[in-house]
Parts: sequence; C-alpha cells; structure tokens
Amino acid sequence: MKAVLFGATKGMGRALARQLAERGEKLFLLGRDASELERSAADLEVRGAGEVGHAVCDLLEPRGFAPALHRASEALGGFDTVIVSAALFAGQEPLEADFVLRDRLLVANFVNTVHFCEEARVRLLAAGGGTLCVFSSVAGDRARKPVILYGAAKAGLSHYLTGLDHKFRRAGLRTVLVKPGFVRTRMTAGLPAPPFAGQPERVARDILRAIDRGWPLVYTPGIWRLVMLAIRSLPRAVMRRVGF
Amino acid sequence: MEGSAPKLPRPRALAGWGRYPIIEGREYEGEELEPLAAGAVLSRGLGRSYGDASLPPAGGHTVLGTTRADRLLAFEPETGRLRAEAGLSLLELNRIFLPQGYFPPVTPGTQYVTLGGMVAADVHGKNHHVAGCFGEYVEALRMCVADGRVLEVSEESEPELFRATLGGMGLTGHILEVQFRMRQIPSPWIWAESERVRSLDRLVAALQTASRTWPFTVAWVDCLNRGRGIAPGIVHRGRWAEPSEEPRRPPRAKRRIAVPFVLPSWVMSRWLARAGSALVFCKHGGRVKRGIVHPETFFYPLDTVLHWNRVYGRRGFTQYQCVLPVSQDGSSYRRFFELFRREGGTSFLCVIKDCGPEGKGMLSFPRPGISIALDMPIRSPHTSELIEVLNELVIELGGRIYLAKDAFTSAAHYRAMDPRLPAWNEVRRKWDPEGRLRSAQSVRVLGDRP
Repeated sequence: MKAVLFGATKGMGRALARQLAERGEKLFLLGRDASELERSAADLEVRGAGEVGHAVCDLLEPRGFAPALHRASEALGGFDTVIVSAALFAGQEPLEADFVLRDRLLVANFVNTVHFCEEARVRLLAAGGGTLCVFSSVAGDRARKPVILYGAAKAGLSHYLTGLDHKFRRAGLRTVLVKPGFVRTRMTAGLPAPPFAGQPERVARDILRAIDRGWPLVYTPGIWRLVMLAIRSLPRAVMRRVGF
Repeated sequence: MEGSAPKLPRPRALAGWGRYPIIEGREYEGEELEPLAAGAVLSRGLGRSYGDASLPPAGGHTVLGTTRADRLLAFEPETGRLRAEAGLSLLELNRIFLPQGYFPPVTPGTQYVTLGGMVAADVHGKNHHVAGCFGEYVEALRMCVADGRVLEVSEESEPELFRATLGGMGLTGHILEVQFRMRQIPSPWIWAESERVRSLDRLVAALQTASRTWPFTVAWVDCLNRGRGIAPGIVHRGRWAEPSEEPRRPPRAKRRIAVPFVLPSWVMSRWLARAGSALVFCKHGGRVKRGIVHPETFFYPLDTVLHWNRVYGRRGFTQYQCVLPVSQDGSSYRRFFELFRREGGTSFLCVIKDCGPEGKGMLSFPRPGISIALDMPIRSPHTSELIEVLNELVIELGGRIYLAKDAFTSAAHYRAMDPRLPAWNEVRRKWDPEGRLRSAQSVRVLGDRP
C-alpha cells in the first residue's frame, strides 16, 4: 500500500497511521503544521514505515490541494490509498455565536473536504483505482441539538461519499466512509463521555480492516451502528424533548 | 477547535494510583504540550504515583496531561539512543522495542508510566544495585520552565537544572521530551530463579548475596505471617536469557484481566490479605524454582490485573516506601518491621530491595541500604498515625521516603530526612522564583503556597 494521509498528526488519524507504519506500508503525510508533520513522520519511521515524506496542506486553502497531492505522488511513486481524517470541530453554541468560526468549519468540513476528495478521486482513477477513506461522523446521521452545524457538514460529506461509492466502485475506486462514534481524543477532551466511548487505537483497527476489505461504510466502535439506528428511528416529538 | 486558544477543561476528581487523596482539579489534554504548559502548575503522566505527587494543589488548578504527547522522535539502532515525547508509556515502548532486542536500562515495577514520570520520580528497578536510577541514562531533556522558556537541558547545557529535574517530581519545569539510551538485550526472555527463605535476616542476606552475581534482584516479605520467624519471604533473581536458552516463540503480549469496579473497602481486610499472602507463598512450593519466564511476568507481575487499585475500595490505599542504611547487625530493618507489626500495620504486599549508591538526581530516592515498600489500605486516622511513627524511626535510622509513593508525610519530617533539600530548593527557586510550579504534594511536603 502507498498511502497519503491528510490529518494524521493527531487523534484517530495518528493511531491509524501508526498501525499502517507497523505493517511497513509506504506513507506520505499532509497537514497544516510543518514541524508537527516532521515529528509525526519521525514517529512513523521509528515504528517501521521506512522513509515518510510530508507536505504542508491546509484544509482552509483548497488551492494547495492539487500541488500537495502531486508532491505525495512524486515522493511515493504514485499512490493507491488516500485517507482523510483532517477536520475542524466546535460545539453548537460557539458556532451559533460566531460567524467566522461557523464559516470556517462549514467550509473546511464540507466544501473543501469535497474539493480534496475530488482531486484524490481523479488521481486514483487515473492510476487505475484505489481506496479513498474519509472520516465523516455519526453526527451526520441524525440532526441532534448539540451538533447541528457540525453534523450538517458531516451529513453532506457522508452523502457525497456514498454517491462516490455508487458511481465509481465499478471503475475501481473503493470509497470507505468512516463514521466514528464518540472517541476519546483531544477533540472530545473535556466533553462528558457517553456510554460506548471508544479509544483511538481500537477505532484505527476497525478502520484498517474496512480499508483492507473495501467496506463502503464503517461505524466504529461497531456498537454505534446500533446506537445510530435507534437514534434515527426516534420520532421527531422525542428528538425535540431530549438533550442529545 | 484547531488553532484556537486552549479551552479550560472541566474540573473533575483527580487522584493517584492509591485513590487517596482525591482532589478537584482540571487536566489539559493535547498532542502538543508547549502551548498548554504555560497554563498548568504541573505535568501529569499516567498518574501512577500513589499519593498526591501528580495532583494540583486544591483550588481548581490545572495540570498538563502528557499522555497524548507520545511520539518517538529518533532512534539509533547502533547506540540505542532514543528520543521521544514525555507522554510515551513504557508499555508502548516495550511493545515496540522488546521484539527488536532493546529494553530500557532501568524499569519500575509497572509499565503504566510515562517517560516524563520516570524522569520526574527518577525511578529505580530490580537492577538498582548495578545500574542505578533511570536518570543515569538520560542524556537530555526538553523542558518548559516556569517563565515559559523552552530549553534543551542536559549535563552540559544546564547541569544544575538537569540534576534537580531527575527525581524533582516535575517541580522544576514541564518535561516535554526525553532522550536516553536503551539497552541491547541478548534475548527477549528472562532466566529467573526464586527461593523461599525462612527468616527476615536470611532473606536480606540472600538478597545481598544474589545481588553480587545477578543483575536483577528483589525480595517479597510476608509481613503478615505470625509464625516463629519474624518474616519469611521469597528472593527473586534474574538475568536476560541467552539466545541458546530462548524458547522458539517470541514473547506474546500477556492477557490481562481487570477489576471491573471499585470493591467495598472492607474486602481488603487483614484476613484477606493474610489469605492472599499465604496463597502466594504456598503456590511457590518448594525451596528453589528456576526457568525461563516472560519479561512481563518478571518485571511487571501486577500489570496483568488492570485497575488492581480498585481492590482497596473507595477509601483507597497508600504505599509506604523507605530506604534504610544497613547496619552491620541488620538491626535497622528488623526494628522497622517490629515497629510496623507492633503498631498494627497490615500489608498484603511487601517488597524489599537492596539499593546501590546515589546517582545524579539531587532529590532521587535511592541511597545505599535496603528499600522497603508496603501497601496498606487507608484506615483513618490510623494510617496517618502509623506513617508518622514509621517516619520517626526512618529519621532516627538515617533513611528517607520515596515521594512517588507518599501521601502522608509532613513537611517537618521530610526536611529532617533529606539534608539535600536546601540545595535542591535553591536551584528550584532560581528557575521558578515565583513558585508557579507546584503540586498537592509540594504544598504538603515542601511548604509551597496552595
């Protein structure tokens, strides 16, 4: 596997990159902060990845996407896997209160993530196919009070990725839509943890299996498939009353 | 959200491994420590120190949780030189490097510690008599000191700060990165021997004899036994197995069981402790056992049971660990055990270890003599009174206690135990004149402002 990882310096992306490194896969990192990229590349190299290249790529700068993927392709000699875990997070109240924050988050998590995936899709298809694995969220499955705006962007992203799978699977593009439930990372630090909260290492293992097998959709931890099934089937009257 | 100023985390109950004391505080979590360090009074790793060493002073202060800063930054296979972020756990380090033939030069009795914590407590292990403390192998630290500066600290660049930080309980600055030498090992297995011994004197003698030829030694004392000998026990000795002795399979990760919830405090009664103790000693059977064992079994026997601290219940427990200089007639440790028993002390687990010379750390615990560690359930007010009495004897005998375990010692007693304290204080004040960095323990033991 020759994989480009966007957003693997932190959280679940970091855990997934480490498991790929320990299998000896060839990796290239994209991210916002050059020094963080360098440190993460070193970490992955010590863990067995061979030489890990990196290039700066900011989710808020879509013009940089094509050059960044080009650099990755040059360094790896072509790639067959693209993994996108980069995203922004903010709670519902701050997003309601702050136009700039809201704009940044909606643009980064939906518009620009789609732009990035389109760039990656074209390159993967041109190379004869491959895997595009993107982190969406269970927050996109049903609108809930604490994650309306964040969830809306993720719902749009999930919708787009499902469509990619419908249209391009036959041509060789395997789209893996990842829907993590509540996972204990820095993103969720300080939030009250619900039952079935997952650890990044466990989540990474689930995602890796989905990538290996080309599953179009993975809930992780797996129990969240059932949790979201239940939440999706709750009547509107109930959703108006409950706080989650 | 990425890029925004660090958000103050919610207050929650923080405690060390002994679950006593419990302090309401806040804990930053993040992959990048530097931007968070300025807002924290102390760094905290996996919280495995038993008492209040990793806790902020009462009053809603914030500590910097380091466990997400766990990247390996460089490794040289030829020399074993390794540099990593301070939150990397020993568990992860061993998982990666044991199969490659490397092991930390010094390891404490659990893998659930971070590199930062190992430096802060200047941990020692079963090889202290030959290898010294972990700090002896530390080449450099990256630290964020009290005024916010980030420095590379080593014996060459800042010798005073370096030595004050080894064993300095995190009070001289936030440790961000650690560079040290890993040891190359001939195989990932241990050749271990254990021997039952009938009396305390013979046990200490057997331990000291073993230490003359073996790199790893430790002894367990059954201090609940009411038999004729004051305290029989088991001496453990070990060395890395040679490749010729190695089993064909590489060591696999041990299965772990977990204590699922906090048990009621009465469970760890004197009666149960005695039964457990008897079981351990009966299970050992005959006089001497030897063979190849898994390194986890040898170095980290208690790590197989996750959350074993829950056995002690809501009231929690503490570990009392002191080191006593050895007198020719062995009266020092005998007096200690006699006092412990007379005062009604109960301990399921009692570990003794002979210590080698003092190392570089200005405040490190070990000194030549015998280290004694006792786990005891907390029964107020008895526990604090017992520890006070034990401390008085330790002072009289010229010993000292281990801050990483302590939850009860008074400032006066600690001062009396450690003549090195003024020199260390001076270095600390030079780097932190306003006393910004502090812990619940430093308030209690060193008289810092709360």
